[in-house]
Amino acid sequence: MKRKRYATVTAREARLALWMLLPAFLIVFAVIIFPVVANFWISGKPVSLGDLRPAVPSLREFVAEAPSQAGDELVLEYRLRNSSRNVPVQDVVLEGAIPQGLELVSGDEACTVEAQQIACRWDEWDGGFSDTLTFTFVAEQAFFDAQVDMRSPTGADVTGRSINVLTTWDFTLDNFRFVVSARRFWEVLRTTFAYPLLGSIGSIILGLTAAVLLNRKFPGQSLLRGLYLFPYVAPIIAVAFTWVFILEPFRGMLNTYLMSIGVIDSPISFLSTRHIEIGDLPFPLALSVVIFFDAWRYFPFSFLFILARLQAIPNDLYESVEVDGGGIVRQFVSITLPQLHGVITTLFLLRFMWTFNKFDDVFLLTGGAAGTRTLPIQVYDNAFGRGDIGAGAATAVVLFVFLAAFLVLYFRYVVREES
Amino acid sequence: MSNTSRDFNKSAGEGTVRRFRSFTAPGVLLAGAAGAGAALLVLYAGYLVVSLLNPLNILPNAGPTAAIGVVLGVSLAHLGPQLQPQKGLAAGIGLAAGALWLGLTLATGVVLPLTFVVSTLAMFTVAALFMRTVFSGVNVTQLRKDHVESVVIRLVRGTLLAALTLIVALPFIFMVSLSFKTRAAYLADPTNLSVNILQPIPELLSGFIEVLVRFNFGLYIINSTGIALLTVVITVTTGILGAYAVTRLRFPGQRFLSKAILLIYMFPAIVLVIPLYTVFTQLGLRDTRQGLLVVYAAMTIPVALYMLRSYFQTLPADLEESGLIDGCSRGQVIWRITIPLSGPAIASVGLYVFMIAWNEFLFAFMFLDTPAIFTLSRGMMVLDDMEVPRQLLMAGATTITVPIMVLFFRFQRYLVGGLTAGSVKG
Repeated sequence: MKRKRYATVTAREARLALWMLLPAFLIVFAVIIFPVVANFWISGKPVSLGDLRPAVPSLREFVAEAPSQAGDELVLEYRLRNSSRNVPVQDVVLEGAIPQGLELVSGDEACTVEAQQIACRWDEWDGGFSDTLTFTFVAEQAFFDAQVDMRSPTGADVTGRSINVLTTWDFTLDNFRFVVSARRFWEVLRTTFAYPLLGSIGSIILGLTAAVLLNRKFPGQSLLRGLYLFPYVAPIIAVAFTWVFILEPFRGMLNTYLMSIGVIDSPISFLSTRHIEIGDLPFPLALSVVIFFDAWRYFPFSFLFILARLQAIPNDLYESVEVDGGGIVRQFVSITLPQLHGVITTLFLLRFMWTFNKFDDVFLLTGGAAGTRTLPIQVYDNAFGRGDIGAGAATAVVLFVFLAAFLVLYFRYVVREES
Repeated sequence: MSNTSRDFNKSAGEGTVRRFRSFTAPGVLLAGAAGAGAALLVLYAGYLVVSLLNPLNILPNAGPTAAIGVVLGVSLAHLGPQLQPQKGLAAGIGLAAGALWLGLTLATGVVLPLTFVVSTLAMFTVAALFMRTVFSGVNVTQLRKDHVESVVIRLVRGTLLAALTLIVALPFIFMVSLSFKTRAAYLADPTNLSVNILQPIPELLSGFIEVLVRFNFGLYIINSTGIALLTVVITVTTGILGAYAVTRLRFPGQRFLSKAILLIYMFPAIVLVIPLYTVFTQLGLRDTRQGLLVVYAAMTIPVALYMLRSYFQTLPADLEESGLIDGCSRGQVIWRITIPLSGPAIASVGLYVFMIAWNEFLFAFMFLDTPAIFTLSRGMMVLDDMEVPRQLLMAGATTITVPIMVLFFRFQRYLVGGLTAGSVKG
């Protein structure tokens, strides 16, 4: 008896928990988990942007000739169209009711008229199908008495069935073939790794520098700490456009300044120059600028984490080195850096993963031009630039496979360590 | 004046108080080099900043600057125990050095504008104060290895601090300044960031007026605020319910769920954008506020759950249990006990979610086509057009940035908590 009562309490608690978690679960499922699965599904489909609007038959009724008195003719047109240019509609049925006081004179062979009902049937309308059916009636006095709506005298409606390419069980590997055989796929892959690798390292070095500089009290320290978070807190679109403007080749601020102090002779187009020659070596300019931007924008993230960790290092550790006669450099090398090892590893993994998938920054700065094309840009370009949703999804799958590998690393080395 | 200060050099004078330290070769060398370095750093950085506000078209001469820097460094470093450089004294010595520098320059027959004179004096004062900090606690007559090291490191620190602050602040100064300047005023000198605040207010604000009225940013501000606030309400509510269940109730799969939350919040937006675009288009949800709202809620719920869960774990469960024993329902316990106790955590989550929703670009850009429901991020894309003056682009950028910055500075404590606990997915 007692056992059973306990069991019921547990079950009730579990049920309550389920209800409380349900809203969060539903939203996350609908917008994150389901789409990830759906992305795999779409990647096997030959679907373009235009196919997303389902093919439906459409009908417009049009009175071409209106009667003004009993005995006049009424000419009615049905203007038919398949809303899709390439997907057919099948089993199309049109139905309309002839109002009181109209006598049919001539109709269309696709249709039958019985007991004042018009019914028309087609097996299939091809993509881009359009046609006009014409009916001629003679109006009697009863028609005028009934005050029929002249915009749609027969109130006709058309229905049909279309194949939604997204919900069939046919799959193809063409999208993946397309993605892998794309002219610059390997170059894009290399950029996709170089950008987050160097960007993360840059942001961690800047963040470490900032944290070490601000890890002591001085006037204005807390003000600077707030200021150093600005690049990270400000909207991406505002800071990206600002940098684009600063770097502009035509009378941009940086170019004007560099020319005025004589560093360069003619303006440099920082965001659209693939390589410049330094000595004899080609230096990837646009990519470097994008990497610099990444380091600039995301260093506050590393800064916050490293500063918090620095402040947790006990002072007596430093004192023990000081007693041994070690200076600041030795304190930094033998105490600070080893203590930061964990946090820097975590930061690197996190930043690498996020930058690897980052779309906004590169898109807003260069749009993927001049050797800065990464996989996320390729996803967008395939799906929305070229309108090939299937190829875009396949690119996203490639991205996702890499991400899964990083996640395994992350959970193995970081999350386990924390728990 | 007490002579027990820490650097008092007993061997130097038997019982007499020395005003100056005796010169030694290594001490003078170090102080001179440091002084020259500091003077060059402060003067060049200073002129860079001043010339952004008021073009001087004069660069300080490196030779005299370094020479006076040597004098400055040596004199400040050798002020003995009795005159341990006070701030006022150091500033005075700086002013004197500045006057000397100006005198030398004027002697060559150059005419200097007043701003140049004033800013030079100010910069030498700053350089002297910087020197004072660099040499604090260092006795140059008895140099130890770590003294040399700390002088060098303080110089490097100062340089890096100045450089970092400049590179962080400059784009924001640029953005705000150029939102006040017409194309003609900009092209006159692109490196000049000063704004003529004496012009009539309507002219000064013309960029903002045009953006707010002609480009409908007034409406977009309302849209962005509305969507961001609604996201906060949805996310915080579902987050509190979910986090409470995860920390206080026992149910199967509890441990797995905690990991799953972390995992889900690693999923990148670019992998979600195609299926969401596809499905939302077919459901007619794409170009709607509701569609955007649901996406923002889903993007922020995992982080909210994670943050609130960590916070609830620190709250004592006893209080809630006593509430339950007194006959409160779970709902009442959450409403009357848990929520009031979690004020700071909820504020953190709320601000963080607001910031994410306000700043979000990708989905706003992909989903919204109807100008009437644009958010500010989406509206900015309209300004990114060669036909639209850059002034308006910067005015738009300022409009979208300033509210979030005000919020950030006002509630920095909470937001920093959110940034480190959840970390903006960037």
